[in-house]
Amino acid sequence: MSPSTDFAGAAGMTTPTRRHKKPDWLASKIFTVALYGSCVVFLLLIAGLVEELVRGSMLSLRTFGLGFLWSSEWNPVTSQFGALPFIYGTVVSSAVALLLAAFSGVLAGIYLAEFAPRRVATGLALLIELLAAVPSVVYGLWGLFVLAPFVTNWLGPLLQATLGFLPIFQGNIFGVNMLLAGLILALMIVPTIVVVTRDLILAMPMRYREASIALGATRWEAVSKVILPALRPGIFGACMLALGRALGETIATTMVIGNRPAISVSLFAPGYTMASVIANEFTEATTNIYLSALVELGLLLLVISVIVNGAGRLLLRLLQRSA
Amino acid sequence: MATALFKSSRRAKGLLWTAGAALCAGGTAVILLLIMGYVVVQGIGALSWSFITHLPHPIGIPDGGVANGIVGTLIIVGIAAVIAFPIGILLGIYVGVYGHRHTANAIRFCADVLASVPSITIGVFAYALLVAPFKHFSAMSASFAFAILMVPLIVRTTEGAIRMVPIEMREAAVALGATDFQAMARCTLIAARPGIVTGLLLALARVTGETAPLLFTAFGSQFWELNPNNPMAELSLQIFTYAISPYREWHEQAWGGALILILAVFVLSLAARLALRRQPSANA
Repeated sequence: MSPSTDFAGAAGMTTPTRRHKKPDWLASKIFTVALYGSCVVFLLLIAGLVEELVRGSMLSLRTFGLGFLWSSEWNPVTSQFGALPFIYGTVVSSAVALLLAAFSGVLAGIYLAEFAPRRVATGLALLIELLAAVPSVVYGLWGLFVLAPFVTNWLGPLLQATLGFLPIFQGNIFGVNMLLAGLILALMIVPTIVVVTRDLILAMPMRYREASIALGATRWEAVSKVILPALRPGIFGACMLALGRALGETIATTMVIGNRPAISVSLFAPGYTMASVIANEFTEATTNIYLSALVELGLLLLVISVIVNGAGRLLLRLLQRSA
Repeated sequence: MATALFKSSRRAKGLLWTAGAALCAGGTAVILLLIMGYVVVQGIGALSWSFITHLPHPIGIPDGGVANGIVGTLIIVGIAAVIAFPIGILLGIYVGVYGHRHTANAIRFCADVLASVPSITIGVFAYALLVAPFKHFSAMSASFAFAILMVPLIVRTTEGAIRMVPIEMREAAVALGATDFQAMARCTLIAARPGIVTGLLLALARVTGETAPLLFTAFGSQFWELNPNNPMAELSLQIFTYAISPYREWHEQAWGGALILILAVFVLSLAARLALRRQPSANA
């Protein structure tokens, strides 16, 4: 026995007998192999993901080149494929969602961190976090049968009566439209913004608050003029993460956006997103070039999401480092 | 007295904004209650013994159910968990313990990238890898896609849980004569267990509610299917199909399915919170 194991015994650890020791030695070897093995598998998987998507979209990349991004013709019959209507629909629905969610999410985060009584804050936070757990198909179902009639019968006419001079609120109100998709997406992403904002504010040292209040600021001024400006990059980061989720969301948008590949200024018109067109047409793609165009949309979605999410994470990390 | 309260306009402005903020927080929470309320009210009518034990019936024939979808979900998510749990935990351990190394940074970066890939794109990947070469849809390919969605989540939560355990604990074990592996398996991992379990449950909740990759991997089925090599029904996919169909009968079933699905996901999410509560040093 080596001296070290004697110490182990003396210190009250279970004395490692031979019987104990051998399997542990073996387990330790297996563990090490598994540890490095899983790393290799994981890195191969990432490489495989990128490789498969690039290979799958090669045909479309070669045929349409960069024109794929700004051509708006999507016609399987003549094998002409352009992604512009889908890019437009994705960007517009996500932008609507982000505008709504950023404003109300940051305010809600401030309330939870600064003003809500502790019990209220815990309860509200639980409900808001559960909102993030609702499956997207349930959002779609609710959007289709509950929110859609509300938008066509109440919200739409109301917006047209008050803000009807804006082109985005003109035209016929369709049953499923881009505004509806934007609203549903806003609900899906708002928890991210609320929770990150709240955590950022709570992590702020108390002395900032105390100093500004000592100088005569009201509590709201302490938040809006001292704490929020210091947290600006982090809040932008949270918004980027939320945007990333909205851009890639599939099922809920597919159910409520109308799935019509047309570009219309009005938010009350149906649209189409990149994720939705993949969801709807992938199993119906009969020609190679059709399939390839859809895979290219998937690749495009991957690139955009990775950039947006990466920017979000970077901003949050920068803030952590400077704090 | 109200004038005294609003003596300064700065204070009034503050109160107004605070009220607005409270409204936003309350409103967001109320929306969850609204969604839950609708799902429960609409779904409870569809729920019955036959709904959870029968196969789907064609339109016009009553007493159709989603039994094959429930079983399909369990099988698909189960296989995904068997693949993703060990890989995710091992990677999490690697990154958590050897976090300073270049390889660990690379793994962490890859996990971040993978976590941001939309699920529909993961579905396309699973299709290219496991459906197209074999020329048929399969539950296996859906499990593969789900596993890819789970791994990055598990890696990050496992890493976090392991970092929460003080390094002195492992050092003490090694000082007492434990090997590296013993210190890891019998001290650090035990201490980090609640955090790891939380991550696993959250990952399960995440994929249980996921639908997009299933459209062209599991594909769905009208029949009993237990063989993971064949196309399989799945609950969220059935809800999707029923919801966008033109039939009132199917809409009702979609609400019933949504109620089961949302309950399953909420139970998993709440269990994850409870598991975390057992970790004394964690507060997240």
